Order: sequence, then C-alpha cells, then structure tokens
Amino acid sequence: MGKRVAVVGFGQTKGRSSRKDVNGQELINEAVVTALQDAELTIRDIDAIVIGNMDHFEGINYVDTWSVEGAGGVMKPIFKVTTGGTTGTTVAMSAYYHVASGMFDRVLAIGWEKNSESDTTGAIITAFDPVWERPNLGGAVAGLAIEASKYMSNYGVTERDGARVAVRERLHALNNPYAHLHQEWMKGIPVDQLVDLIVGSEQNVMLAYPLRMSDMCPRTDGAAAAVFASEDVAEKIAPIPAWVLSTVNRHNFALAGDVDMDRNTTMAKASKKAFEKAGIKEPLKEIDVCELYLPYSYAGLKWMEDYGFCEYGEGPKLLWDGVTDMDGELPVNPSGGVMSSNAIGATALIRVGEAATQVMGKAGTRQVPKDVNIAFATGFGGCYWADVMILGRRKPA
Amino acid sequence: MEKNEQKKNEQELLTVTSGDMFQPYDWSVGLFGSRFLAELRDNKKIYGIKCPKCGKVYVPPRKICGSCYVAMDEFVPLSDEGEVYVCTIVHFGFVDPETGKQRPVPYGYAFIKLDGADTCLTHFVNSTDPEKFKVGARVKAVFEEKRKGSIADIKHFDIID
Repeated sequence: MGKRVAVVGFGQTKGRSSRKDVNGQELINEAVVTALQDAELTIRDIDAIVIGNMDHFEGINYVDTWSVEGAGGVMKPIFKVTTGGTTGTTVAMSAYYHVASGMFDRVLAIGWEKNSESDTTGAIITAFDPVWERPNLGGAVAGLAIEASKYMSNYGVTERDGARVAVRERLHALNNPYAHLHQEWMKGIPVDQLVDLIVGSEQNVMLAYPLRMSDMCPRTDGAAAAVFASEDVAEKIAPIPAWVLSTVNRHNFALAGDVDMDRNTTMAKASKKAFEKAGIKEPLKEIDVCELYLPYSYAGLKWMEDYGFCEYGEGPKLLWDGVTDMDGELPVNPSGGVMSSNAIGATALIRVGEAATQVMGKAGTRQVPKDVNIAFATGFGGCYWADVMILGRRKPA
Repeated sequence: MEKNEQKKNEQELLTVTSGDMFQPYDWSVGLFGSRFLAELRDNKKIYGIKCPKCGKVYVPPRKICGSCYVAMDEFVPLSDEGEVYVCTIVHFGFVDPETGKQRPVPYGYAFIKLDGADTCLTHFVNSTDPEKFKVGARVKAVFEEKRKGSIADIKHFDIID
C-alpha cells in the first residue's frame, strides 16, 4: 500500500492575463517560494521535484532543464510530466507516488503556464492528431462547445443554466485574491438578475455556438506549487496536513471523434473508483467541498451528474437550488475555479492546492463556512480524460 | 514592496518575437491509413474498420481496438451520408498551426456519425445557421475535384434535410 502522504504546503501566483515582468523561470520561482513559506520549509528540505506545463504553449520544451534554478531543482531528482489539461493533477499524483513509494519524504509538485506567450488555441490544436483531426479542430473552445451542443440537445438545458454556473464561479472568485477575473460589478446584484444581464448582454460575444465569452475560462499567466510529505514528517511540518485519501486517473480514446459525448465517461469512472477507495458511499453528503476542473459553464451541470452528485439531467436543479454555492450543502469552487483563472499547466494543481487549503483551514476569505473533513479535486484534459484526488483531514487507516 | 511594484510598472517591459518559423513534418499514416486515404482520393469512398471482438466500426481505420485490445483487419465500406452527432459554429479567430495564419471564421464544425460507423469523423459542415446545423441533422460528404490523399479530399459536409 505504501506510505501515507499529505499535502503540507501550497503556493500560487496571482492570476494575470500577462506577466511581462517575469519570464517562465521567475514565475515558477514565485510559486515555489510561496509554497515553501507556507510549509515553513527551505529548498534544502525538498528531496525531489515533479514539474509540468502544456507542451508547445511557450514554444520551449524541457522545462525541467531550463527552469531548474527557479524551480529549486539544482542537483536534485527532477522530472517533467505533461498530460495536457490534467498536467497539474498529474504532477500532484506523481509527487504523491514518489512519497508513497517510501523513496522520498518531501516532494515538490509544480505546474505553470504563460498563456500570453502564444496563441492558446493554435497551441492546443497541436496536441491533436495531425492527419485526421487538426485541420478542422477549433481548440478547446470548439471542443467544449460540441459537448454543450449534445448536453443541451439531450436535456433541454438552456443558456440561462450555463450563465448560472458562470455567475457562481465569478461570484466566488471575488473572495479569492489569487483569481485572475475579479468582476467587481457583480457585487450586490441578485443571482437571477446577474444571469439575465449576462444572457442579454450584446458585449458577451459568441466564441463557438452556443458558447459565449461568459461561458469560457480566461487565458492566464500563473504558477502553483505544492509540497507532498510522508507520514513520517507530515505532522511535524503542518498542524493540519491534508491527507491524500485516494487518487485515480483514466484515459479513454486517442481520437476526439471516438469520444462518447453523452457522458463524461472518464470523469465518471475515475470519480467512482476514487470514492470507493476512500470509502465514500454518498458523495453529495460526505464530501464537504469541491475544487473541480470545470473549464466552461456547461461542465458545471453535466459533469456534476457524471461525478454522481445527482441523477442524469438533474445538474441544473442542483445548481439553481444553491446546493453548490458557498453556503450550500456542497460548495463547488470557492476559489472561483477554472472559469476565473486558467494558467493551464498550473490549473489542476491549483484545484488540488485549493482543496488542501480548505482541509487545512487556511483558505482565508474563501474558506467555506463549515468543517472540511473531505475535499474533492479534479483535473480534465483534451480528449476527455480525467484525474481526481480526494484529500481529507483524518489520517487514512 | 508596493514601491517596487510601482517601479516595475513604470519600467518598459520587453518581449522578443520568435519570427516566422517553418517546421516541415512527414507523418506516416500506416497501412490502414494509407488505404483509407487512397480510397478517398481514387474512388471517393469512405472506409471504416470493424473490431472482431466487440463489432464496433471505427472511422478512420486504425489497427487496434483500444477497449478490447485486439488487432482489427476487416475494412467495411461506409456511406458518405450520416448524422451530426455534436456540433458548433466557430466564431473566434485563432492561428491555425497547419498554416501559421488565421483560420477563416465563422465555420461549421461537427463530429459526423456516418451511416455504418460507430465513431465519428470530425469535419467541416457547410453551414453557420444554428437553426439548420444542429445535433441530429443529416449531412452528406462533398468531395474536392482534385484529390491528394488527405482528409481534406472531403471538402466539407452539406446539410441535406
């Protein structure tokens, strides 16, 4: 089974549309320094590093090499892991495996991205099959719009339902000093009215039908780092370590055209397995907070059904009933989520870090107003693949 | 700290542009991909491949059924007509990594389930009208006059109902 492992420190940069004042290495360094401060450790305490980002985005490969001084990896074991959108959760999983193996006590996971340095959509397209799919693919926006088309057609879901997800995420982001989008104008306006304003706005341009600007995540420059520690040292480092209760990943097809668009099957399978491993029988009741990789609005409806939080087609009801708001039974994305900050290689690690921060009770103004014993974090990637990680306050048996 | 922030903001911040890069690649499509593309080019025929174990018909053809993890070799002819499985109309502009230039927008994009296939071909649809171009719409392939042995030998799909 291996050693028990916990997150004992987390750091992230403030999300911005462009960070021209730093290069990639310097951006990474900001996150690492913050994570080490959070854990009250120095780089000398770190035994190994796992780092990743999106291939092609900055047009330079081998981040493990060129960022080594900023990452803190000089003369240490350092590994690059890139799995597309799930990179952040995969570096977390990889750090977890390193520590669980018993070979390392303290491992740093790093994810980062400077979306401002290239054309994000063009870069994403290079991740897909050059012969069969690149010529017509419209990147992540089109890839998600097609999923929305199917979900809306299957269940009669409306643009208002999508906008309600966007409203939740952007309202939550107002509590998060690290979020890229801070839509101050939304403050104090009732939710229904915000939904009407978004749906009725002419400035809310169509990106890929039916997705408009408000339905999508931003392009962000940012970095994140988390310290994973073994059971031998975790409680000495953190007063409340966030224990990894289970972690699972699932991939499905190679070509986008093979994907079953009725359900997000990888997310469903990965979640089910992770809940089972963590002994969770009723996810909605037992999980206290979620940090989910929801890159666009309709994911906040359909995927909630795939995680098993409600029946198929019931996503909108769960949302409109306020269940997933800050004061609801299952607060989703107190950070504002991916729709409020998306430095892609860092994004899924921020989900893990935010979930851990909630367990540790260190989330400040975005701390959910209840005890957090179990937190659920996810990552999502291009051809509909999934990583999930469950963190908890109680040390696993 | 605040003073430093301000100083940084006042300073000119430079970026260095990569220039116009050109990277030629030659992608092997294998035995099955070659046969598929040759049929498209020479006979305007679309072929799928059937798994001997689960019976699923994949398009474009490939050697392995991932779910069963068995080799496939039974080519099956597919119709050049099918149904829109999922779709979108792309409005936003972006750099096409195939050309290095802006992809012309708006354009219709869909996963098309050809009659006889279980997976979808991803392609252009010649419509930007959300009233007509939607999930379940019937479509038919339009072939290029001069075909070169690529997926672009299908120019796009037309909506036929």
